[in-house]
Amino acid sequence: MRNTTPLLEATDLRLRLHTHAGTVDAVRGVNLSLRRGETLGLVGESGCGKSLTAMTLMGLHPEGATVSGSLRFHGEEMIGQSEARWCALRGDRIGMVFQEPMSALNPVHTVGHQVAEPLRLHRGLTAAAARKEAVALLDRVGIADAARRFDAWPHQFSGGQRQRITIAMALACSPDLLIADEPTTALDVTIAGQILQLIRDLVRERDMGLILISHDLGVIAQNVSHMMVMYGGMVVESGPTREVFSRRAHPYTQGLFGSRPQLGPQAHPGSGARARLAAIPGNVPELRNMPAGCPFADRCVVSLPACQDEMPPLIQLGQDHCARCVLLESAG
Amino acid sequence: MRRALRHPSFVIGGVLTLLLLGAAAMSLVWTPWSPYEMNLPGKLQPPSASHWLGTDPFGRDVASLLLVGARNSILVGVIAVGIGLGIGGALGLLAAARRGWVEELIMRLADFTFAFPAILSAIMMTAVFGAGIVNSIIAIGIFNIPTFARVTRASANAIGSRDFILAARACGKGPWRITIEHVLPNIASVLIVQATIQFAIAILAEAALSYLGLGTQPPQPSWGRMLSEAQTLLFQSPMLAVYPGVAIALAVLGLNLLGDGLRDLLDPRLTRKR
Repeated sequence: MRNTTPLLEATDLRLRLHTHAGTVDAVRGVNLSLRRGETLGLVGESGCGKSLTAMTLMGLHPEGATVSGSLRFHGEEMIGQSEARWCALRGDRIGMVFQEPMSALNPVHTVGHQVAEPLRLHRGLTAAAARKEAVALLDRVGIADAARRFDAWPHQFSGGQRQRITIAMALACSPDLLIADEPTTALDVTIAGQILQLIRDLVRERDMGLILISHDLGVIAQNVSHMMVMYGGMVVESGPTREVFSRRAHPYTQGLFGSRPQLGPQAHPGSGARARLAAIPGNVPELRNMPAGCPFADRCVVSLPACQDEMPPLIQLGQDHCARCVLLESAG
Repeated sequence: MRRALRHPSFVIGGVLTLLLLGAAAMSLVWTPWSPYEMNLPGKLQPPSASHWLGTDPFGRDVASLLLVGARNSILVGVIAVGIGLGIGGALGLLAAARRGWVEELIMRLADFTFAFPAILSAIMMTAVFGAGIVNSIIAIGIFNIPTFARVTRASANAIGSRDFILAARACGKGPWRITIEHVLPNIASVLIVQATIQFAIAILAEAALSYLGLGTQPPQPSWGRMLSEAQTLLFQSPMLAVYPGVAIALAVLGLNLLGDGLRDLLDPRLTRKR
């Protein structure tokens, strides 16, 4: 209980996009709270709104979109803040790592310049001092011979090394919060493991808050203590990772777990050797045509007629664990 | 660099452009004869050892006139492209950075300017503000502005949707910093290529205006005016029209080939296969 104010707190965060085809609610009432040293995972399939949620948390949501609800960083309300205030926070107090390391670095600047840039921008360091810091950062994220490679160009690095460089960029000013949006999706499995290990170590070392976005449940299980399962722009289940993994309360969470391939004899007990991989039938509903009721109703194997028209309530399942499904009302 | 020397249009365009620049530079220090010195008894001489390309109806040395005319063409090209690139490039970047109504306004103004045929508008402007080299340069420059504004905005928007721009925003950089530090260096190659093409167009436009008597005024030598003076003597000494014509054609061809070559060489999609 070092500090009672959470690092980041979102209440009923909503994002409404205005497209040619009409307005679209891409994020629908996300609540979250994160303290220093805590880790939170966002999981869900493509198009469920997890990346847009992350962008909204950074104030980088698409131009012309409307954000509502409340988003407090260190207790300061950020919704409606000026772009200048956001610019002062981004890169200084909040760092972000992106999915595509191949394109997240500017090809016309040296990597060292790009890592040193936030230090000069936010800390007002001189070129020489920023260079010294940046070399130390590159060294810390595991770029061998950092002093010499400071002046190398992005295309001279592999994908994994570039992701290390973007991590160095995000961490240059020792932010309080790191948002990693699918940081390993574009990388080989072995490299992905190393990058996640690096993020894990850095988060512990610097006592940061971490929001990790992934569609990979394995990545979530290994890296975060709390998780939120998103579907159709909503959080359908959230809680401590261990509890969500053991209980799998929401039918969508069950579907996500069921669609993971497994090896070994226990993979499909009772079935033949060539059991098919379970998949969730259907597709994510288009954000434009979201049903009035549960967004998952159309694909849910256990849905009731009421699910179509009425938004299911959020059911408390444990101290921190809750899920949004009518079936839990009677069970919970 | 080695790749550049193997690129035929870059090499040919580069050599022709260097010839043009060399001729202009040389004319500053030395010409075979003074381009202003008339010698009526010696008019319309055929090429000889002393007058390499002969003399014009006023007895002036055609080779000297061509050399000084190159200087004139380059002056027009540099200033007109400078006006277009400076103002048009800035407007294009502004449109891409600000979006919204600023972008709409700038681009509709560009469309509006584009709707007039450039050469006709230049004729109109020189007719209103007076014929002369300065006014024709300004007129050509003004009609370069929308071209550069469009090219700049389009390429800046393409760069603006790339991930590294988002990454730069996530580092806390403001829109102006991003425009100058991240967008501009990435579209520089496109602007350089466009500049060479507009340079060629400016030379052509100046020649056309001078041919019509609206551009460079006598006695300042200009390729376009040499053409118009040769017109009346087309049957007597046709070569007088051929020399400036070939000079204009080669200069324009050279700049266009150079632009094509540069485009191929500077295009990151072609140079760096990911």
